[in-house]
Amino acid sequence: MSALIICEDIWKIYRVGDVEVQALKGLNLTIRRGEFIAIMGSSGSGKSTLMNILGCLDQPTKGQYRLNGIDVGHLPPDRLAEIRNQQIGFVFQSFNLIPRTSALENAQLPLFYRGLSLKEQRSLASAALQRVGLTGREHHSPTQLSGGQQQRVAIARALVTSPALLLADEPTGNLDTQSSQEIMEILEELNREGITVILVTHEVDIAAYASRGIVIKDGQILSDRMTKGRSQVVEA
Amino acid sequence: MHTFVWLTVMTALRVLGRNRLRAGLTLLGIVIGVGAVIAMVSIGEGAKQAVQKQIATMGTNVIMIWPAATSVGGVRGAQGGAVTLTVADAVDLKKKIPLLSDTAWMKRDILQVVNGHRNGNSPVNGVSPSYLSIRDWTFSKGGSFTQADMDSAALVALLGQSVVDELFDPGEEPLGAIIRIRSVPLRVIGVLSPKGQSTYGQDQDDVVFIPFTTAERKVFGTPFLGSVGGLYAATDQAEDMPEAVELIREVMRSRHRLQADQPDDFTIRTQVELGKVQEDTSQTLTVMLMAIASVSLLVGGIGIMNILLVSVTERTREIGVRMAVGAKRAHILIQFLIEAMTLSVVGGCIGILLGVVSARLTTVIAGWPTIISGDTVATAFGFSIAVGLFFGLYPANKAARLNPIEALRYE
Repeated sequence: MSALIICEDIWKIYRVGDVEVQALKGLNLTIRRGEFIAIMGSSGSGKSTLMNILGCLDQPTKGQYRLNGIDVGHLPPDRLAEIRNQQIGFVFQSFNLIPRTSALENAQLPLFYRGLSLKEQRSLASAALQRVGLTGREHHSPTQLSGGQQQRVAIARALVTSPALLLADEPTGNLDTQSSQEIMEILEELNREGITVILVTHEVDIAAYASRGIVIKDGQILSDRMTKGRSQVVEA
Repeated sequence: MHTFVWLTVMTALRVLGRNRLRAGLTLLGIVIGVGAVIAMVSIGEGAKQAVQKQIATMGTNVIMIWPAATSVGGVRGAQGGAVTLTVADAVDLKKKIPLLSDTAWMKRDILQVVNGHRNGNSPVNGVSPSYLSIRDWTFSKGGSFTQADMDSAALVALLGQSVVDELFDPGEEPLGAIIRIRSVPLRVIGVLSPKGQSTYGQDQDDVVFIPFTTAERKVFGTPFLGSVGGLYAATDQAEDMPEAVELIREVMRSRHRLQADQPDDFTIRTQVELGKVQEDTSQTLTVMLMAIASVSLLVGGIGIMNILLVSVTERTREIGVRMAVGAKRAHILIQFLIEAMTLSVVGGCIGILLGVVSARLTTVIAGWPTIISGDTVATAFGFSIAVGLFFGLYPANKAARLNPIEALRYE
């Protein structure tokens, strides 16, 4: 399989007053299409910085980051917004749905910025909601949905654009065990359908769903190993 | 892009609908601002038109020539104190200046006018027949006196409406009645159409006109025949008036044999000059009222800016999410600008309604004339949009410049 992500000698250096903070120190990483990756690490390890860079929300100070063949390290903000819109789907710990707005409209949001007609937006968004099992709840607002359902709306929003990459930052951090399991099964299913999933977590049993585990410490990769992945365990 | 703007307007309306009280209070600022501008300008325009109407009652393209003030031993007498103008001046002006369509002359005194057991003091004007046409007097009953009446110093009179009201019982026929001025019996042959107040606030209808010859020979008496209180002239075209004034000055100076170093012994005024003072006053009033009203519009705009800044802060996370899923800076900027403009446009519409209603109420209750022109409404509406745009720009720009990472992390 071809490489979706190639990070070469990525550095991220912040300046806080006179102090220089090195969040990432020459990190190298290659991710192929269709992988299911769990990134782990304690807080301050640099995993959030890595996520922001991989998600094109931030840019490296030094080094090259190629996403789907595009060198995104030095693109202007508006071009980055386009890349996020076309290539990446985000799932956040706190769902980040727009309040008092229906599930359907939340799922439509990325298409809205793509300038599609309202009709196209609606049909794609309902299809995405159907994929996460929320048919019939299109017109519920976030407060009328449970945490697990809210996160499923967020996943529908992430995959409505058919992105190459799905970035999930602690997607189960605010959910109970039952809902967590449901969400992880949806991610697993999406991965099986071909979407590359990168998961950030510090829970070992959540990370176990992934087929490759990467541990970050002090801005560098501490370990990077293939795991069996839970789906394969189940199949076995 | 079309879809984007339309959906953004819908979103803006929903966001505003969520905080009805807050949106309402913000709207109120713009509503009052726009309403005040429209009401004030309508009152100002009404006042201006009232002045113009009064000026029009003086006649059309009228030039007035009065005797100058006399100075005796350093004491300046009142204007019109000297008796230097004559009927011959008027006749000669018309003959020598083809620009003048007509000239007229008059003399005036305030005298007791008697009808049976009723009487009152009114200005009595002895005038040439041309005077009535120059000053645009028309008749509600009867008609004017003729050149034959002038030549024979006929005992006839024309009454203003106020004089009729004072001297006659309601329903009593004034035409043909005999009134007395200084014991001279005069037959009423015409009643003048009302003109209302002059620019000085005088009742122009409190007036009696008699032929000039009748006045000087039979009613007023005169120091010498042909001396007049004032001369009037008119031109056909308004543009000709400045030139006509200069020609009149030349002719009058030569007729009165004035040396180059002597001042004029007469004063020339035109209708335009008299009206201008009044018009300037009402113009100043309009500008002042508008300035005051604009301040409230400004305050309304600041209200919009304030509420938008609050909204940007409250919705920082939402802005972060929008950016994460692909909103460009321009998208965020336009979203908040549209919210600001939605506020100001809705406020503007309600304000226009309020302004129109207040202007009408002012007319009904206070009796002031008001004019609501389309221009005023359009300008006020345009201003409210501009206010939204201007005061929305800063908060919208602030939102668009947020860092998506920090915005997503905002608690």
